[in-house]
Amino acid sequence: MSDTPTPRLPERDRPWLIRTYAGHSDARRSNELYRRNLEKGQTGLSIAFDLPTQTGYDPDHELARGEVGKVGVSIAHKGGMLTLLDGIPLDQMNTSMTINATAAWLLALYIVVADEHGVPEEKLQGTTQNDILKEYLSRGTYAFPPRPSMRLIADTIAYTVKHVPKWNPINVCSYHLQEAGATPVQEIAYSISNAIAVLDAVRERLTLAGEATDELMASVFGRISFFVNAGVRFIEEHAKLRAMARLWDELGRERYGVEDEMLRRFRYGVQVNSLGLTEAQPENNVYRIALEALAVTLGRDVRARAIQLPAWNEALGLPRPWDQQWSLRLQQILAYETDLLEYPDLFEGSKVMEGLVADLMDGARDEMHRVAELGGAVEAVDYMKAALVESLRERWRRIEAGEQVVVGMNRFTSTEPSPLTADADGGILVVDPQVEADQRAAVERWRAERDQTAVDEALAELARVARDERENIMPATIAAARAGATTGEWAQTLREVFGEYRAPTGVGEAAAIPSEDVAELREEVERVSEALGRRLKFLVGKPGLDGHSNGAEQIAVRARDAGMDVVYEGIRLTPSQIATSAAQEGVHVVGLSILSGSHRELIPAVLEALRAAGAGDVPVVVGGIIPEADAEAMREAGVAAVYTPKDWDLNRMMRDIVALVGAKHGIDTAAAPA
Amino acid sequence: MSRAAADGPALAARLRDHDLGAAPAVLNLLENRSPSAREQAGALLAAVSPGALGGEAPGQVIGVTGPPGVGKSSLLSRLVAAWREQDRSVAVLAVDPTSRRSGGALLGDRARIDVDPSDPGVFVRSTAAGDRLGGLAPATRAAAAALSAAFDVVVIETVGVGQSETEVADVADTVAVVVQPASGDVLQFLKAGIMEVPDVLVVTKSDLGRIATRAVADLRAALRSLGTPDTAVVAVSSTSPPSGIDELVEALDAHRASLDLASTRLRARRMHALADFAAEHGERGLRAIGGRREAERWLRETDPGLDVPALVEALERRAEAAAG
Repeated sequence: MSDTPTPRLPERDRPWLIRTYAGHSDARRSNELYRRNLEKGQTGLSIAFDLPTQTGYDPDHELARGEVGKVGVSIAHKGGMLTLLDGIPLDQMNTSMTINATAAWLLALYIVVADEHGVPEEKLQGTTQNDILKEYLSRGTYAFPPRPSMRLIADTIAYTVKHVPKWNPINVCSYHLQEAGATPVQEIAYSISNAIAVLDAVRERLTLAGEATDELMASVFGRISFFVNAGVRFIEEHAKLRAMARLWDELGRERYGVEDEMLRRFRYGVQVNSLGLTEAQPENNVYRIALEALAVTLGRDVRARAIQLPAWNEALGLPRPWDQQWSLRLQQILAYETDLLEYPDLFEGSKVMEGLVADLMDGARDEMHRVAELGGAVEAVDYMKAALVESLRERWRRIEAGEQVVVGMNRFTSTEPSPLTADADGGILVVDPQVEADQRAAVERWRAERDQTAVDEALAELARVARDERENIMPATIAAARAGATTGEWAQTLREVFGEYRAPTGVGEAAAIPSEDVAELREEVERVSEALGRRLKFLVGKPGLDGHSNGAEQIAVRARDAGMDVVYEGIRLTPSQIATSAAQEGVHVVGLSILSGSHRELIPAVLEALRAAGAGDVPVVVGGIIPEADAEAMREAGVAAVYTPKDWDLNRMMRDIVALVGAKHGIDTAAAPA
Repeated sequence: MSRAAADGPALAARLRDHDLGAAPAVLNLLENRSPSAREQAGALLAAVSPGALGGEAPGQVIGVTGPPGVGKSSLLSRLVAAWREQDRSVAVLAVDPTSRRSGGALLGDRARIDVDPSDPGVFVRSTAAGDRLGGLAPATRAAAAALSAAFDVVVIETVGVGQSETEVADVADTVAVVVQPASGDVLQFLKAGIMEVPDVLVVTKSDLGRIATRAVADLRAALRSLGTPDTAVVAVSSTSPPSGIDELVEALDAHRASLDLASTRLRARRMHALADFAAEHGERGLRAIGGRREAERWLRETDPGLDVPALVEALERRAEAAAG
């Protein structure tokens, strides 16, 4: 018998909150899905909203076209929220809402619906994502300029700390930074810099209201949680979390004077990496997801508080309930079948882990210093965005050069046909196109049937409060929710006071790729440009509300490196904006990128707008998450080529595009057009 | 086979008829370097010259220039809206500062100027700058000359700090230099005489309050000491709610009204011809006509009635004579 104490915990740990990021179509269908998911053993909810809801537009707004109910559920008013949460015990449920620009509004709807169910706000538990800087940097669902956006965040924090004390008012997201290409050091540095900007904004708001005390600031610090990513390099990813936890503790102690150790704990939820999921041999993604889940669960000291896992087929289209169930079961196996939860921290005393953590902390401190020198995270958005575009460009280059192996994509590519994608729907969810029409009609009905005077008064009060820097936006927002205002009305009222904003694209500053990698391509572009008489001009457009611009940005940068003149106007363009630009700028080819599943509606709309603008003869190529059946239909409608995640070789794509322009103008090129 | 170059005289006729829809095709032609296109472009310019129009092109050509990040694009969004409210059509020629590192360029400016895409009275075209910061793109001069026959306002947006506005000053009737409060560069350049006094100075971000007021006062003081106290200094804010935009429109109009348009445009045509000649024949060509300064002096003595293609031809004849 040895004297060493048993390495087991006296009692098995309770598992993390087990969730699935879910929601689609309308409130009724999503509510059914949530109930089924809870029956399957899910222990919390994670609500996915559609893009109009996330960006503050009603389903009948022009920009909502094609997007209603696509990447999440459409919630336009308290009636929708009531249906969404029907039969779900809100006093016990822990609900995460992926909502940012309109977080204050959706939180207000949640509070109002709970209240109407007799559940007081102090009992509510959950999270609003509510992180705007990463929207500017990566995800694109922002609505207002930085300053008023930071105010909205600070106001929701100040309100919840006092009135909804169990709520996590913000999830500072490093997740989307990794999706945009962040290295682990960048992910740590930018997310913690972001948290500093938020905390400073809250302190400023509380000071303005005469409420700032050390005690209140400590509670605020304790309510800040994170939403992180985990990539497939799962050892380093685990080290990243340990580094974040230490930096966070240090920050609480040193910058904000938080004495209570509990309030300095690094708390985070997680969704593992989507960037690394492949369209080729998609079944392999299951292994990637499992390994990534280990990164956030292995070490007890920094284990995730809540986990949601992507589905194996995310690179193909929207996952079906069964795909999500498969990911849910992975969590349950990890939590309930394995012995993971029976031990203390596995890495305590590990020299390798300590070394990794120290390296990451050093790198992150340097980068945080750089951001601070620029005046903090809000001021440094341009810098951080350019750095992320640059990192993603480098990642892509390594994959293209074979320096970074992606199994099934750039190595070990021979494969048997996959039975998983062979069934009729191609292994993805297709949202019924009727949903959008129904939601348009429903919101019109809602507006017709409510007490309009009450709504008008509530919105006028909201506008007044918005103009008054000293007031907190939440009470007026809750009153507007109660009165029956819509998501679009709330956001429009604030747009009128705060103005709108276009985030930096980050592409202008991206370094050029080494010349030898594009030498041949450049030669081809020069030759075609000479024959055209002016430089080959390429418009890269992102129609609709989809803010996932990382791919479009990489295309724009590579096209520039290949010698083209590139017009890239950022996200959220209407078909008519794209068509007008194409015509006025005299481009030779248009490339459209859509990842939100709205391509069926938006691509034909752009083609039509191009014809109306007199640019109907300009060839159009499309890239994004586009199922093969849809691609076929698009080619028939006149799209020259469709690219999906399996077309990861950007140079080849560029050669196709040059050949396409050449063919259009009767110029011989090396490659035949696709 | 590549499509034949567009018909220059036909496009000029459309411009003379104020057919704004001709603008994209006009720019496509003017940017085209192929010999047949050059020929058609010359014909187009001749057909919108004062001789052909019976007077100077009526459009107001305004250069808007300033350092990066100063808020030019937000300002232009507001200005375009203000002009449109007065029912004036606007063409914006955005000269992007992005260098042609690889031959290619990312034209980001368009993204930042917020206009209504369904409004046929607004035209925005972006091009990459030449080799110098603040310089014009090769076709900018020709585009300004052509579009001012059809549009009420033609804006040339360039990026420059202090010393590099000279090219845009060659083309524009009115040059507005945009500065932001608390950045002393322009003030220093003005005081040191490095920078020509612009026609209008615009101070952005007037919502910053005291430091903006201070910046305006400092610029006014500098202008007084330079002996040009009448130069307009306008403070604007482009964020919601905007302010100073109408005053700026008035200041631009007032400058244009005070201008000897014929001599300004005549100089612009001569400088345009010299730039085109230099682009075509390079340093060797310039040497053949005795250098840039000598060429400018000689051009001042040419027939004021000559249009740009004719002036270029005159320069070429002179170069040939010197060589021969």
